Amino acid sequence: MNAKKKGMEEDLFVSGHRACHGCGMALTVRHILKATGKDVIVVTPTGCLETFTSPYGYSPWRVPWIHHVFENGPSIASGVVAALKAQGRDHVRVLVIGGDGSTFDIGFGALSGMLERGDDVLYICVDNGAYMNTGGQRSGASPMYSSTTTDPAGMQSLGKLEKKKDLPAIIAAHGVSYVATASPAYLKDLEKKVTRAMGYHGPRYIQIDTPCPTVWGFPSDQTMEVGRLGVESGLLPLFEMEDEKITAVRKIKERLPVEKYLGAQKRFRHLFSSDEGRRAMEKIQAHADENIEKFGLLKRANNEKQNGPSQ
Amino acid sequence: MDTTEVLEGSEAVALAVQACCPQVISAYPISPQTHIVEALARMVANGDLNSQYVRVESEFSAASVVSGASAAGSRAYTASSSQGLLLMTEVLYASAGMRLPFVMTGVNRAISAPITIQVDHQDTISLRDAGLIQLYVESSQEAYDMHIAAFKIAEDPRIMLPVLVCMDGWILTHSYERVSCLSQEQVDRFLPPFQPENFLDVNDPKSWGSYAEEDVLMEFKYAVQKAMQYSKGRITEISSELATITGRDHGGLIEAYRTTDAEVILLAMGSVVGTIKETIDKLRSQGERVGLIKIRCYRPFPFEDILKNIKEAKVIAVLDANVSVGSEGAVGMDLKAKLCGRPGVPLVIDFIAGLGGREVNEDRIVEIVEKAQELGKSGLPLDESYWVGLNPEIVP
Repeated sequence: MNAKKKGMEEDLFVSGHRACHGCGMALTVRHILKATGKDVIVVTPTGCLETFTSPYGYSPWRVPWIHHVFENGPSIASGVVAALKAQGRDHVRVLVIGGDGSTFDIGFGALSGMLERGDDVLYICVDNGAYMNTGGQRSGASPMYSSTTTDPAGMQSLGKLEKKKDLPAIIAAHGVSYVATASPAYLKDLEKKVTRAMGYHGPRYIQIDTPCPTVWGFPSDQTMEVGRLGVESGLLPLFEMEDEKITAVRKIKERLPVEKYLGAQKRFRHLFSSDEGRRAMEKIQAHADENIEKFGLLKRANNEKQNGPSQ
Repeated sequence: MDTTEVLEGSEAVALAVQACCPQVISAYPISPQTHIVEALARMVANGDLNSQYVRVESEFSAASVVSGASAAGSRAYTASSSQGLLLMTEVLYASAGMRLPFVMTGVNRAISAPITIQVDHQDTISLRDAGLIQLYVESSQEAYDMHIAAFKIAEDPRIMLPVLVCMDGWILTHSYERVSCLSQEQVDRFLPPFQPENFLDVNDPKSWGSYAEEDVLMEFKYAVQKAMQYSKGRITEISSELATITGRDHGGLIEAYRTTDAEVILLAMGSVVGTIKETIDKLRSQGERVGLIKIRCYRPFPFEDILKNIKEAKVIAVLDANVSVGSEGAVGMDLKAKLCGRPGVPLVIDFIAGLGGREVNEDRIVEIVEKAQELGKSGLPLDESYWVGLNPEIVP
């Protein structure tokens, strides 16, 4: 099937949902389903995605979709997988698409159990780095020094002082065959990763950085740009891991200073108004530099093979 | 042909579940539920049961796995006890609201603190308002029969609710009794395959578990309430249908025992019922007009059936193996609320009896009957429940 024809197919996630203008998550989900095709059942734990796609009587989902509660996306998926196996519906695959709150925090135990059991589920975390559905409270995925409503920047605080939980590494350590990160700023790369993940059986994980204009605080026509700045600064490395080893990274052309990314969003605005903030930004820059080193993100930095993601 | 064997209560439940062929089983171990799920695991391991057995990391996930499996159109089963049932609670409310008809065993055990593994009904009573049909059994034989009925009740297209079969931990699950089991053909004839009208189907995609607000949420809840009320008739019918196959009639929503001319009627559920029946026989031989109503179905609450059997009663003594702290026992509250405002109804006294495995033996039942007779003469209700068998030396 050529690319043009594929693009002409009817979407499986259609308009009419209630996401905010410029929602990175809605865009992401539409492209996830372009890559999976129609023979999937999607499980979504409680969160933004559940709320804006399911007001009773309306649904943008053109695949079977189920929401149950907040903590149990992975185990609902395990139950669906077991039923499909019992019924011999072998061609149907199961996806979880859930936010960072359910994935990093409240549903983490269930996720670990699902990974350990080896259940045939593609788990996709659409990560916007806080509890946006309830107004932007701190999660284990909130980036360091972001201001959230439950860990706000103030006279005595720079916001969240702790690092974001390194969930891809934790998931890979379960022995998961395919782990990747993606961004809607690079949609072809995102779709390609979903397609690759669908080629494996057993648990797989993709973490997608989904910019949120409403809570991150940027104009709603800047979603792709903010996503791109995060990637190009090295703060959000895009990579693939197979059997716990990094097998491909998306190279960046030049090292963008993290200030560009941080300055584009209100959640980091406090860092620009004090010496402590400046020092915090240096730490964030050091973190980006570490990523660039660790993943070999710069084109000339090393000779790692470049057969991985591409735009 | 059916077979009769001496079986551990847990083994009897496992055999009933096996005969119902659930496509998906999921469980997390907790005493005293373990022997049931271990027996099922052995059946799967030996090829005697063709089920997907999902071994999860918590009861929260066990309830979730059977919910997901049920939504995908499979018959599913789980079991738990005590803290495990509490951990499942959030999931079970949602599954009832989403009309997912799996069956689970609630092996009764008290709730912490203090931590204990001993029996009472606090755990399953705490799920009272979740939207689960709650059935209680007196013996291992009744547990066997009730589980087979439970799948048929749950999957009735006009019911479609999870069913919780409650049985006393240790007293039933770990003791041995004669149990007659049905043949596979008998069970298959009684229980058709699970073929729900709606399931997660890529050829007919639907959205499940939607967000609802003030315009429809009440109607969703009312639909569950109506299904519960409707289930009363079906539970009675399904119980008699099964009784004609087994030759064992345990009753419908309730079993009335020597109530016809009884002045004092005990109302109870679970394994204590056997002891009460024996005590009543002795008291009857001494000329006491005492009877028993056994509740088999606690949710929906079988008020109409109870009312039919208390016509002569002056006092009803409710045995509650649970307490709603700050009020009284749940069954007592249910009955009082239903009787309130009706003319000529008996006095209801709530007895808290058997918490945390505290023995309710013949002497204690006689004590309850005597207390009920004494209060019946005065005609005055108690301000709070009567706690049976408290040790005065350690009561604060």
